[in-house]
Amino acid sequence: MALTAFTPRKLGFRFNIVGMLGFAVILLWALVAIFAPLIIPYSIGDIVDFDYFGPISAKFWLGTDYLGRDILSRILMGARYTVGISLAAVCVSCVSGVALGMIAAVIGGWFDSVLSRFLDALNSIPSKLFGLVVVAGVGSSIPVLILTLAVIYTPGAYRFARALSVNINTMDFITVARARGEGTLYLIRSEILPNILAPVMADLGLRFVFIVLLLSGLSFLGLGVQPPNADWGALVRENIGGLPFGAPAVIFPSIAIASLTISVNLLIDNLPQKIRDRSN
Amino acid sequence: MAKLVEIRNLKVEAKTDSGRRVEIIRGVGFDIQEGEIVALIGESGSGKTTIALTLMGYARPGCRISGGEVLLAGKDMASLSEKTRAKIRGTEVAYIPQSAAAAFNPAQTIMEQVIEITRIHDLMPVEDAKARAVELFKALSLPNPETIGARYPHQVSGGQLQRLSAAMALIGNPKLVIFDEPTTALDVTTQIEVLKAFKSVMKTGSIAGVYVSHDLAVVAQVADRIVVLKGGEIQEIGTTEQILSSPSHPYTRELLAAFEPKLYASPAQATADKTPALLEVTDIVAGYGPIQPNGLPTAVALKSVSVRLEAGHNLGIIGESGCGKSTLARVIAGILPPVSGDIVFDGKQLAADARYRRREELRRLQIVFQFADTALNPAKSIGDILGRPLAFYGNPSARQREARIEQLLDMVHLPAAIKHRRPAELSGGQKQRVNLARALAAEPKIILCDEITSALDTVVAAAIIDLLKELQRELGLSYVFISHDLSTVQAICDEIIVMYAGEKIEQLSSADLAGGAKHPYSKLLFSSVPKLDTGWLDGLQQDDELIRAFASR
Repeated sequence: MALTAFTPRKLGFRFNIVGMLGFAVILLWALVAIFAPLIIPYSIGDIVDFDYFGPISAKFWLGTDYLGRDILSRILMGARYTVGISLAAVCVSCVSGVALGMIAAVIGGWFDSVLSRFLDALNSIPSKLFGLVVVAGVGSSIPVLILTLAVIYTPGAYRFARALSVNINTMDFITVARARGEGTLYLIRSEILPNILAPVMADLGLRFVFIVLLLSGLSFLGLGVQPPNADWGALVRENIGGLPFGAPAVIFPSIAIASLTISVNLLIDNLPQKIRDRSN
Repeated sequence: MAKLVEIRNLKVEAKTDSGRRVEIIRGVGFDIQEGEIVALIGESGSGKTTIALTLMGYARPGCRISGGEVLLAGKDMASLSEKTRAKIRGTEVAYIPQSAAAAFNPAQTIMEQVIEITRIHDLMPVEDAKARAVELFKALSLPNPETIGARYPHQVSGGQLQRLSAAMALIGNPKLVIFDEPTTALDVTTQIEVLKAFKSVMKTGSIAGVYVSHDLAVVAQVADRIVVLKGGEIQEIGTTEQILSSPSHPYTRELLAAFEPKLYASPAQATADKTPALLEVTDIVAGYGPIQPNGLPTAVALKSVSVRLEAGHNLGIIGESGCGKSTLARVIAGILPPVSGDIVFDGKQLAADARYRRREELRRLQIVFQFADTALNPAKSIGDILGRPLAFYGNPSARQREARIEQLLDMVHLPAAIKHRRPAELSGGQKQRVNLARALAAEPKIILCDEITSALDTVVAAAIIDLLKELQRELGLSYVFISHDLSTVQAICDEIIVMYAGEKIEQLSSADLAGGAKHPYSKLLFSSVPKLDTGWLDGLQQDDELIRAFASR
């Protein structure tokens, strides 16, 4: 039998230009979130300008807010809350959702039915309403926000991972592993997870966007990050009064939200061929 | 007779994933006379379907006709505009696909789809088209030709659907019909009827045909001339008689040799029934779906089947699709727990469900599946795939494991370097060898082979069978070999069980199959296997009574 020549696997991924752009913006916001305290020109609580809703100037690059605080500093620090809370929530929801989804697919039977119906029920509660009730009940703090967002987005991740795993679960290599006597943990970790990882990663990105938007929404309603700290959603709300004046204080936090969410979408849509191919 | 088709120096290019262009058809040229059937034969990847499709001026996505000409009645299909080609398709050249089931729209009646071509090309009024369709149904010897058109595709059998797709192709009165492996997915007893129908309509209408197939015996029945292809190049062209009796090219000889039935000589001594059975399966009842009040599952796949296998012997299980042969393998392996029945392996009763079997019992009984590509985890390297059973059943050190992996690869005649690759980088035959190696890694006593050669090309399958024999000699294995292909089973088994509709009909010695068969179904099955003889189909006499009783036509 003739053997095809050994082709060394190429390392590194080739992004197209749009994907690169998205990735660069995400990276920028991630760096900002990490190093915010070092780069902010003013402390976020300090009232530095006597004028409120001040315009863009050499002193205040993005203007000032309704109390005369520096907007640039507040956006940079806000990145910590928006990116950090969303990232933590998306990680919790995807890890738990994907793990449960794979377990349900492998075990099947009544376990699968019960879990699926329970999470469907959870899914049927409107997300903003759920957040409202939780925050009203236990008060708003960062751990509560993270957990609430994670609970809201777990059923989606579960559904997605279960659908993929059910397909993989019918493959012959799973049957071979079962006939060999392998346990559920091995099936999940070694046989299923590597085969659903690529679409799950893409899903994680999209879910991140949803969470950023929901968090911003909650903060806009005053249920999110509490003053004097503020995430981007809270910044929009605080300064909404400046909208009739065309104040930069309300425009730039909105732009920050848009830039992050659009970039994540662009990156997901333009993932390198090699990552996407693995899901086939 | 005039030439209907002239293919001159045809070249087709394909674009690989990395964007490189590869020539998959390299300067092919042949003619087809009017009313002549030419067969394109070769293994998968030889370009036989690609060439057939160029006759319609079509290249599959990612491919393009890069050179040469395909003259159909004087028009070059390769250079015509897409609009002109569309006019020719259906009226001058028609196509019959491999899977009729996939080619019919399940939401429309058969008649609507059969006469669709006349509507698209505005050939004749609907009433005339329907009348012509009924005529074709008659010519294709379909049952109830007047009313079959009113049914939906799922209401007719696979063989009937394949003939209906021929009616669909013939309604536009084409000069050339392309058959793309139209009987490959059918059972042998069904195949005969379909082949007979195809042959008679083509001859009466003196329509030219291109018959794409990998099966020489089928081609021998229908084709006037054969074109042997390999790697996108013509190896040999000749009349059917000449190719079968005096092939000149070594590759053609190899193909013919792979087809020769090789009788199996068992390495084990034939002894009386005194030896204890290695595997004894008694009164297995199994099926799918929830258990009904009468204690049986909704769909019963096995109705009280018993088999017995002695050490060093091989047991063949043969039957057509749906007879329960694969279910039997799944029951023995513990993947599908039976409703009732016992499985005794090496003197010990096995638990029904693999989850309750001891690791040692699981180790000694391994299973290999038909589809090599779905049986290997695409995300793991070959080394990891083979290493897992070693680590699972034993606990060798990393160095021992590496050495054993290389030894296993050597056993199945694969180079050691392959262990760093992933399944997608291997050919079908190589993947099936890795599957075997994974089963061997457990050092089993019995390997259940479920149609393991069915998805492979003839030559590759023959090599796998040789490998199985060699491994048996060296390791003292026993096989339960399940297949729908009589000659494959005959090549490796001592005893053969014939199954029909979930029941074991007969157990025969493989040396004396035709003579030993008592049951009418076995006789029908054995007589339906095509022979490498051009006159076989025409001379075939089968009992109509039998066919009605057993063949699902």
